[in-house]
Amino acid sequence: MSRIHVTTTVNGDEVEYLCEPRETLLDCLRDHVGLTGAKEGCGTGDCGACSVTLDGRLVCSCLVLGAEAEGKKVETIEGLADGDTLHPLQRKFIEHAALQCGICTPGILIAAKALLEKTPDPTETEVRYWLAGNLCRCTGYDKIIRAVMDAAAEMREAS
Amino acid sequence: MALDDRKTDGFKYIGTRPNRPDGLDKVTGKARFGADASASGMLHGAIVRSPHAHARILKIDATRALALTGVKAVVTRADFATGLTGEDADLLENVIAGEKALYDGHAIAAVAATSALIARDAAKLVEVTYEPLPHVTDVDAAMQPDAPIIRADAADDSVPEGMHPNVVRYMEFGRGDLEAGFAEADAIVEQTYKTEATHQGYIEPHACLAQLGADGRGELWCCTQGHWFVRRMCTALLGLETSQLRVTPSEIGGGFGGKTTVFIDPIALALSRKASRPVKLVMSRSEVLRATGPTASASMDIKIGMKRDGTITAASGVFRLQGGAFPGAPTAETMQCAFACYEIPAVHEVGYDVIANRPKQAAYRAPGAPMGAFAVESALDELCRELDLDPIEMRLKNASREGTRSSFGPRFPRVGLVETLEAAKAHPHYAAPLGPNQGRGVACGYWMNWGGETSVSLAISEDGTAQVTVGTPDIGGSRASMALMAAEALGIPYENVRCNIADTGSLGINEPTHGSRATYASGLATIESARQAIGKLCERAADKWGIDAEAVIWEDGCAKPSGPNAGEFPPLTIAEIAAEMGSTGGPISGHHEATPNGHGGSFGTHLVDLEVDPETGRTTILRYTVVQDAGKAIHPAYVEGQFQGGAVQGIGWALNEEYIYGQDGRLQNPIFLDYRVPVASDLPMIDTVIVEVPNPGHPYGVRGVGETGITPPLPAVANAVATAAGVRLRHLPMTPPRILAALEQKAGG
Ligand code: FES
Ligand code: FES
Repeated sequence: MSRIHVTTTVNGDEVEYLCEPRETLLDCLRDHVGLTGAKEGCGTGDCGACSVTLDGRLVCSCLVLGAEAEGKKVETIEGLADGDTLHPLQRKFIEHAALQCGICTPGILIAAKALLEKTPDPTETEVRYWLAGNLCRCTGYDKIIRAVMDAAAEMREAS
Repeated sequence: MALDDRKTDGFKYIGTRPNRPDGLDKVTGKARFGADASASGMLHGAIVRSPHAHARILKIDATRALALTGVKAVVTRADFATGLTGEDADLLENVIAGEKALYDGHAIAAVAATSALIARDAAKLVEVTYEPLPHVTDVDAAMQPDAPIIRADAADDSVPEGMHPNVVRYMEFGRGDLEAGFAEADAIVEQTYKTEATHQGYIEPHACLAQLGADGRGELWCCTQGHWFVRRMCTALLGLETSQLRVTPSEIGGGFGGKTTVFIDPIALALSRKASRPVKLVMSRSEVLRATGPTASASMDIKIGMKRDGTITAASGVFRLQGGAFPGAPTAETMQCAFACYEIPAVHEVGYDVIANRPKQAAYRAPGAPMGAFAVESALDELCRELDLDPIEMRLKNASREGTRSSFGPRFPRVGLVETLEAAKAHPHYAAPLGPNQGRGVACGYWMNWGGETSVSLAISEDGTAQVTVGTPDIGGSRASMALMAAEALGIPYENVRCNIADTGSLGINEPTHGSRATYASGLATIESARQAIGKLCERAADKWGIDAEAVIWEDGCAKPSGPNAGEFPPLTIAEIAAEMGSTGGPISGHHEATPNGHGGSFGTHLVDLEVDPETGRTTILRYTVVQDAGKAIHPAYVEGQFQGGAVQGIGWALNEEYIYGQDGRLQNPIFLDYRVPVASDLPMIDTVIVEVPNPGHPYGVRGVGETGITPPLPAVANAVATAAGVRLRHLPMTPPRILAALEQKAGG
């Protein structure tokens, strides 16, 4: 089977890889680019652990083919902090104990960031529905929702 | 153990909420979980699984698979140890089938290839010839005389004669005069309750990276709750010497009991041995659901008698649990916890462990307890309605307290059930107004907790900071708790302590992070290790001052002279003593090994308000409050997190989650779309109240908190649905179709 040559941008860096036509973007990021921050919890688009953005749009990278990233911009958890400076969402997740095992955390942070870009002042219900595609089995979501609301408030104040 | 040296208040660090030490790695994607490791020359594995619920394996032909370019090895049962007995034999049979496939998803063979895609393709090319056999998946059906026999010789001697061979263990206990107790009652409820099997549902599928040489030496990286368990199990199944395998735990993406055993690790090791290359094996979600976990399903008959004033006079229960195709359903735990919350003069319990064509059950958070609690707490609620009693007052009247003879025998030491009930009664939730189609439910729950084999080391570094080395993987912030306890004991800032999880080559045996034991047992050993190190620090100071070590005390991270003849010396800080330790006697460390058994049980009381839509049967949780005894909350934020997470798993069990088997015995919902765990939009905030009744068996009063919280939600939600919808559901989960059917039956009936 001949492989596909893909040129794409990941977290601002130009990246090239060769992938099988049926390989997912998630597998390409993890196995070819070496970024293992996005996780596979289901492979069927049901858990959100693999969330990344593709040209700014929130996607489940397990449902996107690696070849589809050609010429696009991919943002993953590894690009969320600005050097040593954590994104407010990252800081608030630590402060609010919004993670227990932490396997869902990368996907939830990426999804929450996409929400706050569209909706800087979300209600609790909006946060809950936006994150309904991101499963967390440990926390019962309470502290996650609080962390997102608190980060949103801080970001509004700062802007 | 110097438990006379107990401290239950006046803490400096305990009870604060510092950031967890692994937080940064986990919010930046750097933390390495099971599937995040790789090795040079690594192959990828894939597993061939049975599509049949029950079938004889006639032939396995791997010719076509091996002919595929990139395929390096195929293993079957023939590549594992022979002659195993007891639990090891069952474990191996579950890891890879022998003569028969015992459930849909049972592993039959495995392939290693140069890529995951090739391995998966090759797995499809392994030709297995089956002779399908009759199957049974329901617990009650599996006990019927005409049920197919799953394994002829699985039962032990406890089973009374004449029972079906699918009944593999029988238990019975009780005391008091049951007949007289029921005769005294003003009301008796006698009902049958059922719960379906649910999965632990950790978001991280099982994953490992294995390397095993022909010399029998190996390395294994895997996501597990207990790597010494993994080491013992893998070496037994592969016929290796235990110490020759070193197991390193990855960060773990949830376990809830389901990662205390092995599924893929021995297979990856066998593939590696055969291919002479490292092998990575990662499960898909449907493999996780079909072939790991789940919990047992249960069918239970409960009878309880009560006086008009709410006094329980007698209780009996028959508990039938199905734990998959192997002995091991947590029937004993169901029985132990079912009536534990109450002082009952006459009680009798009978339990059955039954096998069926389902995956081997694995521990799931308070294994067994939620089922029994559902049955008993529902029955009590039915009595409260009949006698018009307040559910909290009734529970307070009968609540177990210090000295109560438990339903299972021993008397309780100091426990906190009464305190949780009082706190629930006083909580504004209990007085909040309810609207139409809304109802409130109350229920209590208990988990006995666990101590277990524990080994911890603590070493003082040259700059006076400390490293704590524990063997219990951190699933929910336990490194922060260990660091807090070490900081408290040493009198140094939390930030000056680093807690590491050691591999199996670096410490003595540690049981897994299970039974709510990590903060209790590793915490106790951390404190004792710190105290040992303090003894040495004081000795060094005494030497320096030329006084007796007994005349030196440790306070706020400093050695100080104390007592009438000690003399006057300025305090020596830990940093000052540590800086000189190389020349004053060598490294300073502490080490503690124990199998502590003072783990106090934890009781909880939950309140839930919900609304049932009579048109659709859908239930919406409106308000939820968890009240639980933590003994002493080391890091309250992570204690709250345990309460909240447990409650939500219980809500899922009550309302949505269930293993659904078709007529063909195949699991019909092996993906998260159809096996529906609670999502953020299903839930309100989960309020928590931490009650602290110090555990006499821990130096700082800690009780394990991880498990109790999943127990009360099942009955609490059922009791609330009974009010909101006006129908009592005695079969979980209470899905919209089941609620609608109950409403229709009531309307028609
Ligand atoms: S792994 Fe992509 S949604 Fe679950
Ligand atoms: S923190 Fe474990 S799944 Fe969310």
